[in-house]
Amino acid sequence: MRDTSIIGIGQTKVGEHWDKSLRDLGAEAVLLALEDAGIERPEALYVGNMLSGQISQQENVGALIADYAGLRGVEALKIEAACASGAAALRVAYLAVAGGMCDIVVACGVEKMTEATSDKTTTALASAADAVYEGEHGLSFVALNALLMQRYMHEYGYEHSDFAGFAITAHRNACHNPYAMFQRPITLEAFANAKMIAAPISLFDSSGIGDGAAAVVLAPTDFARAHGLAGVRIVGSAVSTDSVALHDRDDLLFLSAAHLSAQRALAQAGVEPEDIDFFELHDAFSIMAALSLEAVGLAERGEGVRLALEDEISLRGRIPICTMGGLKARGHPVGATGIYQVVEAVQQLRGQAGENQLLGCRLGMTQNIGGSGAVAVTHILERVS
Amino acid sequence: MSTFASYWRTREQRLGLKGEVCPLCGKILFPPRDVCPACGGPARTALELSGRGEVYSFSTVYVAPGGFEEYAPYLVALVKLDEGPLVTAQLADVSKDDVYVGMPVEMVTRKIREDGEEGLVFYNYKFRPLLQSVHY
Repeated sequence: MRDTSIIGIGQTKVGEHWDKSLRDLGAEAVLLALEDAGIERPEALYVGNMLSGQISQQENVGALIADYAGLRGVEALKIEAACASGAAALRVAYLAVAGGMCDIVVACGVEKMTEATSDKTTTALASAADAVYEGEHGLSFVALNALLMQRYMHEYGYEHSDFAGFAITAHRNACHNPYAMFQRPITLEAFANAKMIAAPISLFDSSGIGDGAAAVVLAPTDFARAHGLAGVRIVGSAVSTDSVALHDRDDLLFLSAAHLSAQRALAQAGVEPEDIDFFELHDAFSIMAALSLEAVGLAERGEGVRLALEDEISLRGRIPICTMGGLKARGHPVGATGIYQVVEAVQQLRGQAGENQLLGCRLGMTQNIGGSGAVAVTHILERVS
Repeated sequence: MSTFASYWRTREQRLGLKGEVCPLCGKILFPPRDVCPACGGPARTALELSGRGEVYSFSTVYVAPGGFEEYAPYLVALVKLDEGPLVTAQLADVSKDDVYVGMPVEMVTRKIREDGEEGLVFYNYKFRPLLQSVHY
């Protein structure tokens, strides 16, 4: 297995891009990442995307983005793993480079959400769940997460307001991220008064739905060193799965896929959870942030919310999360999110995070989750000294 | 949203709450899946579930997915059946202010949605508060 590095990053702002299509966004991110790496043509392009077929009536997205990025002829495929499609594309790119099959590979994540009305988007997102035994009963994707949150509050005795810290921290960090969808702070009062989507999940427990694309360029670390591009190595990469339907879980409040993929990635990197300097987690809903912290071993069971209550997750806290705004405030262009997380982790490790720069960070962990915990993709990145 | 064929194929589960039991490890499964997720055994032995259980978690859906908009807000739940499995379903005959974790419930067959005035009417299981026992 070859040591693999990230040598280029690119991202578009997350938001309502009425003037840009799926292909425009994807090609833009790919070209930005290639320019950052100083590479003209990669050998392969893996595109993470979940909803193109349902929202833009467009499949065959691998070939389409490759063509519009001026890369006609390269190996290109769409990779789908619901909301974890972005990180899944990175995983495939990593397998290609680390496994010695390709030298320069681009992983892109792209989602065009605003091509459809919000009711159609809600329906499309529900396809991450079990279509027959969850969807056919009228459960939205938010409703499934609400079932997790309600049970969590019941078992551990939390109030809805105890979750506010996740949203407030994410918005505070997004204020200094020019690529974020919501570059403004929110207050405790606003959190408390937010409209319910599927109780107890309110608008401010939920990530923002927007268009966006991000991309990273991978290369063997030897190549990166030889060309003066060494900066960030991928030292851990793992995918794990769980049942798609919540009702098929033996232990509802433990995200075993998130746990297993983190364990495997940490083992590959030879580090422990407490060695991680920051964690870009999958805060699609505030309950997912709490459950992720517990699953990867950064909080005891039932204690994930405590980290938010005690301000341990802020930029100067014990374990900073969502350092550029997270899914909540940077926005969650579903199939692109996993790559945004990695782009932001690279910004931190390169020292390019501006106002949000963490001091002396060396190890970052990203985790992208598909469905209500059905598939989890974890990566661990290390700054090359 | 399931298709007409899927609706037909799953009729015994939807209308009769028919599950399976694994002959090797005894795990009771709903919905049926033929391969036991606990031990990998051939869980093909049919088992009709009692339909009784309690609310394990619940939510009131205000923003509904396509086909369900006209019914919002409505209650959904994870119900823990007396035999063990969790089931995802809507709650019926109860308001959001009265439902609680641990509430005893029983299965009923109800209309879940319809495809417009002249389209198919879809039936499925829902759960309602367990009726108090009556004396014959």
